[in-house]
Amino acid sequence: MEVIAAQALIQALEQENVSIVFGYPGGSILPVYDALVSSALKHVLVRHEQGAVFAANGYARATGRVGVCIATSGPGATNLVTGIADAYMDSVPLVIFTGQVPTTQVGTDAFQEVDITGITAPITKHNYLVKDHRKLLQTIKNAFYIAATGRPGPVLIDLPQDMLKTKISFRYPKSASLQSYKPVLEGHFGKINEAARLINKSRRPVIYAGGGILISQACEELKQLAEVISAPVTNTFRGLSCFSGKHPLFLGMLGLHGTRYANLAVNECDLLIALGVRFDDRVTGKVATFAPEAKIIHVDIDPAEIGKNVRIQVPIVGDVKVVLQALLPLLKKTDRAAWLQRIEELKSLYPLFYHQENVLKPQFVLEELYRLTDGEALIATDVGQHQMWTAQYYRFKKPGAIISSGGLGAMGFGLPAAIGAQLGLPEEKVILVTGDGSFQMTMSELATMVEQKLPLKIFILNNQSLGMVRQLQEFYYDKRYFGVNFEFVPDFVILAKAYGIPGYNVSTPDELTRRLPDILNTPGPVLVNCLIDPRENVLPMAL
Amino acid sequence: MRHTLTVLVANSPGVLYRVVGLFSRRGFNIDSLAVGQTENVNVSRMTIVVEGDALVLEQVTKQLRKLIDVIKVSNITAEEFVARELVLAKVTANPTQRGEIMQIADIFRARIVDLGRRTLTLECTGDEAKIKAFEESLRPYGIKELVRTGKIALLRGSKYTNVNNIKEEAM
Ligand SMILES: Cc1ncc(C[n+]2csc(CCOP(=O)(O)OP(=O)(O)O)c2C)c(N)n1
Ligand SMILES: [Mg+2]
Repeated sequence: MEVIAAQALIQALEQENVSIVFGYPGGSILPVYDALVSSALKHVLVRHEQGAVFAANGYARATGRVGVCIATSGPGATNLVTGIADAYMDSVPLVIFTGQVPTTQVGTDAFQEVDITGITAPITKHNYLVKDHRKLLQTIKNAFYIAATGRPGPVLIDLPQDMLKTKISFRYPKSASLQSYKPVLEGHFGKINEAARLINKSRRPVIYAGGGILISQACEELKQLAEVISAPVTNTFRGLSCFSGKHPLFLGMLGLHGTRYANLAVNECDLLIALGVRFDDRVTGKVATFAPEAKIIHVDIDPAEIGKNVRIQVPIVGDVKVVLQALLPLLKKTDRAAWLQRIEELKSLYPLFYHQENVLKPQFVLEELYRLTDGEALIATDVGQHQMWTAQYYRFKKPGAIISSGGLGAMGFGLPAAIGAQLGLPEEKVILVTGDGSFQMTMSELATMVEQKLPLKIFILNNQSLGMVRQLQEFYYDKRYFGVNFEFVPDFVILAKAYGIPGYNVSTPDELTRRLPDILNTPGPVLVNCLIDPRENVLPMAL
Repeated sequence: MRHTLTVLVANSPGVLYRVVGLFSRRGFNIDSLAVGQTENVNVSRMTIVVEGDALVLEQVTKQLRKLIDVIKVSNITAEEFVARELVLAKVTANPTQRGEIMQIADIFRARIVDLGRRTLTLECTGDEAKIKAFEESLRPYGIKELVRTGKIALLRGSKYTNVNNIKEEAM
């Protein structure tokens, strides 16, 4: 059947089982919007393209499916850049469509023309400019395949307007056509054996588990591994929620703002089992002094991550779930009582702590949220201190229950990502923990939230400052505070009202405890402005 | 240490900037880069000479392999291979000097490809050492302009770095 390319594109999305796209229109992309008119595909109109790409990102993280977003050429496309970079850093599968000026004008600095494939080359897994309509459908097939397989990531497709209006016959290819892209899933058997030998011999193993566990859905295998070999588990920030925060073997997060006992355990271990991680500098600090006594086993699907930052004794390229399934039968059940006793000792010597006072402490807010949701909620965060307090004090139980910008640390991520997550998982309770700074970056998406009738529970941990940066100035710049304290912060409760949302100010622990059950049980959205102690810091701060 | 990499890439738009962008972004040093079509019209071959230790080289290779358009990366440094570079040099040559320069050309089996009123343009191919010696010999006459292609290389004998049956891409 002959259709115009833009209609074929929408049909292709249906073939890829896409049910929702996030977007913002403009001239160049109009053929696609025209095709959406008669499609069953749900289109979520955001208020800024950054909102579209962050929402697609939150959707993808929550559901494990490919997130899709659409923007027009020029400024529409450039507004996506931060969200694309975020997906690239955190390995989130996205397919992004951008409008482009007609092929006849490409390269002429036409109105609203930017070289978006050039701009995004270093922050996409791959990208395409489709000048030839005959290549459109195969390109879309390839894009979904590339985005979702191997180490996932964003793929951008740039669509010149005249191409979108060309007639083509709709025949959607069955498979991707790529010359050499073939992710390796199975680990090398010899290496897996070697890993098993090291593990069986080890006396003080620690498992260092990251986002790869969530991506390959290896949480169950991870749990088995930890329990069989009696090894404590520490998480990267991106890996949080892949291992239950309530499990006795859980060490919490490691690295800069990790628990003292996780960092000490890594310091003392004789074997580090690194699973789906990338030895990020926020984790390792100085590479030379990281895990000084340990041999390291590193499993990752991306060969380039292995040996990139740290010397590895047993490198295993493969999907971490597949590798763990091969590894588990080779392991001896061991109780390692002395080591676990040492771990318990570290935990009791150096617990996470804060001083409860009569003012509202951010850590207390997170503890209360944890208590009342029993760790079952989906928590989206923004970036800053509130994000780290969430990582420390909310003990995640469900895989994928934290939606947060890790590698890029992009403020403004929270609200749109929470919107995407809630749309992807309508049954879940989605809570946004944000900061007064971050929230002001994308709070225009409140309109999207209301329009989509989403019952988000928004907690602004309001310290009237860019707290995380203020903390850096306190520690490293002799308290020369500059550009971090807001002289004006809007009244968020009145703001909520403008959007027709109930809003509350909460400024004492008692008030929070009293109000929280009702807030969490409200059927619709609620905004809670938590006036927290502005002097509070994120501790520990290791390294 | 310097390494010679042979990189087969799909002939798609943007492949060159992806490769070059990767080198600059990750701080790898390219000594030379030569690129052109191969026996297969869908495939280009890049010969890249890169400076760095074993770790750098491992990263370069792995990062190149991650690019979707890269089909194959071979490090041929330790293998037996034939490497050539072509240089064109335009030197000052007054009628009295021409004889001397032509003698130099003879020694290097270079060819005169253009003759101006006060200049000679020479073409020479060879490995790095030869090209360097050639350049040095011409220098006293005054090299006005010089251009090099960068090194290209193939393995000796019956060894290959290409891949069989590269699909006629639908793309
Ligand atoms: C887009 C962006 N710009 C700047 C930063 C640098 N930065 C990191 S945390 C932070 C402060 C965040 O303030 P807020 O959202 O109020 O969170 P708080 O630290 O106060 O909890 C800033 C400015 C960033 N991460 N992202
Ligand atoms: Mg703040």
